[in-house]
Amino acid sequence: MKSLLVAEYRDGKVLGSIGDLLGFAARVGGDHVMFMVGSEAALPPYTGKLYLADAAAHGEYRPGVHKQLLLAVIEKEQPDLVVFSHSSYGWDLAPRVACVLGFAQVSEVVDYVDNTPVVPVCNAKLRRTVAVKSKGAVLTLQAGAFGLSEPPSGSPSVEKVQIDGADRVEFLGYEAAEAGGIDLSKAEVIVSAGRGIGKAENISLIADLAKALGGEYGASRPVVDSEWAEHDRQVGTTGQTVAPKLYVACGISGAIQHLAGMKKSDFIIAINTDRDAPIGDVADVLAVADLTKLVPVLVEKLNAR
Amino acid sequence: MKILVCIKQVPDMESKFKVAADGRWYDTADLAWRLNEYDEYAVEQAVLVKEQGGDTDITVLSIGPDKVKEAIKKALAMGCDRGVQVVDNEVSQREPLEIAGIISRFAKDKGFDLILTGMQSQDRGSAQVGILVAEMLDMAGVSTVVGFSLAGAKLELKRELEGGVKARVAVTLPAVVTCQLGLNTPRYPTLPNIMKAKKKELLSLPVSDLLQAEPRQQTAKVYFPEKKGGGLILEGEPAELADRLIQIIKEKTAVLA
Ligand SMILES: Cc1cc2nc3c(=O)[nH]c(=O)nc-3n(C[C@H](O)[C@H](O)[C@H](O)COP(=O)(O)OP(=O)(O)OC[C@H]3O[C@@H](n4cnc5c(N)ncnc54)[C@H](O)[C@@H]3O)c2cc1C
Repeated sequence: MKSLLVAEYRDGKVLGSIGDLLGFAARVGGDHVMFMVGSEAALPPYTGKLYLADAAAHGEYRPGVHKQLLLAVIEKEQPDLVVFSHSSYGWDLAPRVACVLGFAQVSEVVDYVDNTPVVPVCNAKLRRTVAVKSKGAVLTLQAGAFGLSEPPSGSPSVEKVQIDGADRVEFLGYEAAEAGGIDLSKAEVIVSAGRGIGKAENISLIADLAKALGGEYGASRPVVDSEWAEHDRQVGTTGQTVAPKLYVACGISGAIQHLAGMKKSDFIIAINTDRDAPIGDVADVLAVADLTKLVPVLVEKLNAR
Repeated sequence: MKILVCIKQVPDMESKFKVAADGRWYDTADLAWRLNEYDEYAVEQAVLVKEQGGDTDITVLSIGPDKVKEAIKKALAMGCDRGVQVVDNEVSQREPLEIAGIISRFAKDKGFDLILTGMQSQDRGSAQVGILVAEMLDMAGVSTVVGFSLAGAKLELKRELEGGVKARVAVTLPAVVTCQLGLNTPRYPTLPNIMKAKKKELLSLPVSDLLQAEPRQQTAKVYFPEKKGGGLILEGEPAELADRLIQIIKEKTAVLA
């Protein structure tokens, strides 16, 4: 078994998802090599062969060019598995490579049992094992599913690759995250509102509970997308990562992108009408209840103390 | 400008799921179905382009059994011009490559300038179809788009990356764009528009006419993950639950000390 691990580089840095790639490689065993469009000034912590293409010459987001570079490396290395992170880079590039290569692509792999990828279905309520019928496979790995217990180390032996490729997608630059006034990463108590709050007015219930517990309120993405809360209150992969002493998730299903931002909280309470909501997998306590009924009573009792 | 929007019908994610008898998907009986959330943004974006003016024509396509017509009708009521159902009762067992193959066979030679899809479906979550369609039709493809601005044949887009960072990119039409949550604010169809939608054309095509790609993968088994367990589940009246929660917060955290 040979794997080609596709590392990610952005704006001068190797991204942290490298730990998942290496954790996966350790899990499946066999040989592996790595590929990255990046720079010699920031090499990934890796002991092995790294095919390095220069990001300055090939662009950081030029999927057509990166595809050609990868295909050249694949031609040379003949891997059985081409492994990406399930990220904005991976899910854009992986299908392009799989399509040309004739490999199956299996997205958002959370486990790998007996050479078979396992992926979530329906917001992680179900799981699915996938039988690959092609001679190799392209996988994208869910963030954190294969992490290493120790941070990776080492330095690679670099082999440079380059091509003269053109792309129809022109990269114009990055836009930084909106810098907001609320820094949830410092809050000791966070009460977050999910879509289950039902309407904008109910944000005040969540804000009241946060206040009664001496903390701040946060929100899941649909709440922010609906403009019921400001973007700097969003918890998750595309929002803030938090680790308070107490996290209360109100009407939040527990999608992986939300969990990624809050599962390091010391103690997690979920309030949800759905007993089977995936948030139950990370919560210390799941109160099966309608938040619009429970939260006001909770606030009243806390304030009466 | 000719636009194709590809949509999928999915169950409400809050449903109580059961594994189907053959063990290879969820049981589709007794579920409430809706338009895939990500696709709502795609439909809305197409309608916004039409509202920018110019001669714009929007076709909305969905693959599946007869009930997917409900999703198509919603898209028509939101403002798409015509619907196409690719009739396929086996759709849940098709892999993304086959779905993309069906779409691209349909789209080939029809001269679409813009193809919009959601970035992923809520049930299967593969996030592959849009980009595969771009590859198969040899068009530019941009995924996970949260910002969209069209001037002439030039499209400026914002892709969402991790941690709130965005990448600004530009492409010239024709292009395939996959839409991420928050791209716009999908409208609710109004009653007059629902009535008007009933008169719009809705074509049905058999999947056998369009199926081309050979599957490279197959679902082996669908099952419930083992509950991680350990977590306490509380049920009861609000007052009683509130007391229990306050007691637990006192015992297990330093928050109410
Ligand atoms: C690339 C990408 C990045 C993303 N980034 C983020 C991110 O940073 N943060 C984020 O949160 N999401 C993110 N998402 C979205 C994520 O996948 C989910 O869609 C989102 O987290 C769901 O939010 P939710 O739990 O509030 O809503 P839903 O999933 O709709 O869940 C609502 C929950 O409320 C419960 N409920 C309903 N009514 C009540 C009631 N009256 N009382 C109690 N409970 C009730 C329901 O049972 C359900 O469990 C991202 C998605 C993608 C694809």
